[in-house]
Amino acid sequence: MAEAGKPAGSFSAEGHGWAAGLIRFGGLFGIALAAFALVLLVFGKNPIKAYADIFSNTLGSAYGFSEVLVKMIPLTLAAVAAALPARIWLINVGGEGQFHMGALFAAWGALNFASLPAWLLIPWISFLGFLGGGLWALISGFLRARGWVSETISTLLLNYVAILVLSFFIFGPWKDPESANYPQSAPFADAAILPSFFGTRVHLGLIYALVALVFFHLFISRTRWGLEMRAVGANAEAARRNGIPIGRYIMALMFIGGGLAGLAGMAEVSAIHGQLRPSISPGYGYIGFLISWMAMGNAAGILAAAFLLAIITAGGDILQMTLRIPGSVVNILMAIILFVILARKGGGR
Amino acid sequence: MESILIGLLVGSVHSGTPLLYATLSEVISERAGIVNLGLEGVMLMGAAAGFATTALTGNAALGVLAAALAGGLFNLFFGFLVITRRANQLASGLAMMFCGVGLSALLGVSFVGSKINGLDEVRIPLLSDLPFAGPMFFNYDILVYLAGPIAVLVWWVLFSTRWGLSLRTVGENPTAAFAAGKNPYFLQYQALFIAGMLGGIAGAHLSIALAKTWQEWMTAGRGFIAVALVIFSKWHPLWAVFGSLLFGGAIALQLQMQAMGVPISPFLLDMLPYLLSLGVLAVWGGARRFAAPGSLGRVFQGTE
Repeated sequence: MAEAGKPAGSFSAEGHGWAAGLIRFGGLFGIALAAFALVLLVFGKNPIKAYADIFSNTLGSAYGFSEVLVKMIPLTLAAVAAALPARIWLINVGGEGQFHMGALFAAWGALNFASLPAWLLIPWISFLGFLGGGLWALISGFLRARGWVSETISTLLLNYVAILVLSFFIFGPWKDPESANYPQSAPFADAAILPSFFGTRVHLGLIYALVALVFFHLFISRTRWGLEMRAVGANAEAARRNGIPIGRYIMALMFIGGGLAGLAGMAEVSAIHGQLRPSISPGYGYIGFLISWMAMGNAAGILAAAFLLAIITAGGDILQMTLRIPGSVVNILMAIILFVILARKGGGR
Repeated sequence: MESILIGLLVGSVHSGTPLLYATLSEVISERAGIVNLGLEGVMLMGAAAGFATTALTGNAALGVLAAALAGGLFNLFFGFLVITRRANQLASGLAMMFCGVGLSALLGVSFVGSKINGLDEVRIPLLSDLPFAGPMFFNYDILVYLAGPIAVLVWWVLFSTRWGLSLRTVGENPTAAFAAGKNPYFLQYQALFIAGMLGGIAGAHLSIALAKTWQEWMTAGRGFIAVALVIFSKWHPLWAVFGSLLFGGAIALQLQMQAMGVPISPFLLDMLPYLLSLGVLAVWGGARRFAAPGSLGRVFQGTE
């Protein structure tokens, strides 16, 4: 398992013209849309209506567009969470678990330090969110650095555990006594709610996401560590002989990556939900991994793919309402997009 | 006390059966050099196709057949990606998982709430009336009885037939297999189809024999647990029987404790199989890596 495959984050996206890349990207996307339309047709749903509904409810109005931005926040953070470890060919598929752990840690801070003023409380829960996700990912990082367990399988397994931990708290010790029937925590104090902008749900997390993306770009292209990581990624054995501490890189990158996914969880419970509840994520962590894969570790690519998948994620809710099909059906569309990328020439690299 | 113990053992067998089919599926594909993280999706496709067929026809045997076919075809598409298109196996597997989650949800949506009779228990006459041993060994559905023999069959085919030898050669060193006049691609496709059928049956056992209702994402990570079980079993079909019973036991223990009203949160108990997988991998993973097929996860680039 340890050497299985070459993960995302290779360099093949570089060196191509942007326009050509965009056209190719658009073509692949078109194929994916057509294939998904076919699936809907087979199941007796109207694909034209599906696409029209998705379009008019996302890009068709200012509010719809703002909702796409709202979805982009956790997706971008989760994508960087996968892209950063991918620099040394680590496969972090644990964004989902790290997201939930970040939400859990942040909720602990929000519930127990409610009396703090916002200018203190918000940095505090942001830190806690980062810490929660980071520590969760560090488990997998440690197991991998020791050569014991492939991070792919451990992050996947820990996703399920993290969601159960969160359920344990909201069904048990943290359950709000005021809400007799709903498993959810007490609402957070106002000071623990991330501020939002322009009367929409777009919140401070957007800044976090953009900063994370810029940090990611500068880190990989402008720093010594970024260069060393390329060396680790290209040839671990040579890197080891040159005195690059691979184990430490593995754990550090997993921690920071997981931390970013945790930050996404924090932002989501604080700004969107205002309390801890079940099903706070429609799979942000997994979708983030897909984005990172699609973007080949390129920061601008992450932004573009996050935008695209934010529309699709929002589309899941819309299809559920207008076509009465399960929201998870958009998983098919995501899978098809991945298929066309994987099946094109050189998809293995 | 005795009834609790029997309940636990019976539960281990029930919960272990889908795990065993799934693990055998992964053993076959990994022996051919292909890691299939899409197993979760294969199982879901099998569970949904099997349930839908059973609900429509009222015939559980047809349901199992449909599940096997759905799983096999689903895996063939995975094969197209990783064999013909030489795509990355892990990313392709995850994409297949997503696809399985979505497709099975779409397929199952009209069956939410419908009940089926499912696979009946086959009571073995006389033996099933024995005290203790009766309920413990002789009162299961047909898929449970078949699971063990199928594991033996897989073992025999992989290790004692010419075809199995070729398959394992492809998994160890596809270039050598190619040089020996075998077609690695064709063998891998065959392996994936058979593995897909077993994965589909694993899902069908969950939906037709155990749950008897349809629920979105009802496999709940069992596909990934099976991937861990393969490592635990050292890629060996017979060890897989033992591993599946052990992990089935973890699931059964949790159900049994909940039924008895043990005052531990069910969410903590639910973690047991996942943590057990991780723990087992951590202990096993360091020492037994060498049991893995040599070319696992690598893409055979042809010989040109």
